[in-house]
Amino acid sequence: MKVSVWKGGAEGGFHEFDVPRHPSQTVLDVVTYIQRSLDPTLAYRFACRVGMCGSCAMTVNGVPRWTCRTHVDRVARDDRLRIGPLKNLPVIRDLVTDMREFFDKWARAKGQFKGERTRNDDFHQVKPSSLERLKVEAGIECIGCGVCYSACDVVAWNPDYLGPAALNRAWTLVKDERDRARLERLRAVAGDAGCHSCHTHMSCTERCPKHISPTVSIAGLKREILKTTIQGKF
Amino acid sequence: MLWILQRASAVVLAFCVMVHLGSIIYAVQGGLTAAEILGRTRGNAGWLAFYCVFVLAVSVHAPIGLRTVFIEWLRWRGRSRDVVLLLFSGVLAWTGMRAVLAVFA
Repeated sequence: MKVSVWKGGAEGGFHEFDVPRHPSQTVLDVVTYIQRSLDPTLAYRFACRVGMCGSCAMTVNGVPRWTCRTHVDRVARDDRLRIGPLKNLPVIRDLVTDMREFFDKWARAKGQFKGERTRNDDFHQVKPSSLERLKVEAGIECIGCGVCYSACDVVAWNPDYLGPAALNRAWTLVKDERDRARLERLRAVAGDAGCHSCHTHMSCTERCPKHISPTVSIAGLKREILKTTIQGKF
Repeated sequence: MLWILQRASAVVLAFCVMVHLGSIIYAVQGGLTAAEILGRTRGNAGWLAFYCVFVLAVSVHAPIGLRTVFIEWLRWRGRSRDVVLLLFSGVLAWTGMRAVLAVFA
C-alpha cells in the first residue's frame, strides 16, 4: 500500500511510504509502522489505542478521523492513504497539531463545572431518566479528539468561533442540574464567537467518531438563550 | 439580540415573500395592466401596511446576514463595518419605502 504522510510544520510536504497490508489494520497501525520501521523522525500523537483518549485524530484521505478505530479497509482508495495533521489547528510537526486554542476555547465557553456542594455534603443524585439528563446523554461522551473542530467550516472562516466541541461541552453543563453557572455560561456562548455563528452545516455531526451531534447541542444553546432573553434574564 | 431579530424578520419575510410572489403570479395570470395594478394599490391601506412591514423586515434581515458574510469572508469587524451596514439598512428602507409610497399615492 502507498501511504503519503505529511512531514514538516505549516510549510512541509507529503512523503510517500510503502507499507504492508494486514487484516484489521488501523490507520494508527500504519503510522506506527512508518515511525518504527521506515522513518523514526515521524512525529505523531496517540495514547490509549482504543478510542477513549481522543489524542490520535488526523486527516485521512481529506477527512478528519480518529485513527486508532479507523480500519484501513474502510478508508483506503485504490490501496492508497494520504495522512495529514488535523485542519483548523496549527501544525507543530508532521502529524502533531497544537491543541491549545481548541482547549482554551472550552475554557472560554465556561466549560468548567461549577457546583455548590462541598466534600462534606452528600452526593447529588441525578436521575438517569430525567429529561435534562436525557438531553445530554450523547453529548457527555465527548472525548475531546478535535475531529469536529477540524471538520467545521465556521472555525475555518471565523477563527474566534468557539467550535462544536466547546459548545457541546457548554450545552452538557447548561443541562446539568447540579451546575450553578448557567447564565454566565449562556452569555459566554452567545454572539459572533458562539452558538449563533453556527451555520448548521453539520460536518461536526457527520464526522464525530462518538456519533454525538454537536449541531443538536448548539441548537439547544440557541433555544436556551432565546428562552432566557424572552424571560428578561439574559 | 441580532440573531433573534434576524430569525423574527425571517418569519415575517417567509410570509411576505409568499404573498408577494402569489400576487405577482396572480397579476400575470390575470393579464392585469400596470394601470389596473396601480388602480388596486392606490389608496389601499392594506397593501400599504403589508409592504411597509415587508420593507422593514428586509432592512432588518439583510444587513444582519451581510454582517456575517463580512466577518467570514472579509474578516471585517469594528465600527466601520457597522456604519456601512447601518447605511445599507437605511438605503434598503429608503428605496423600499419610496417604491411603496409610489404605488400607494
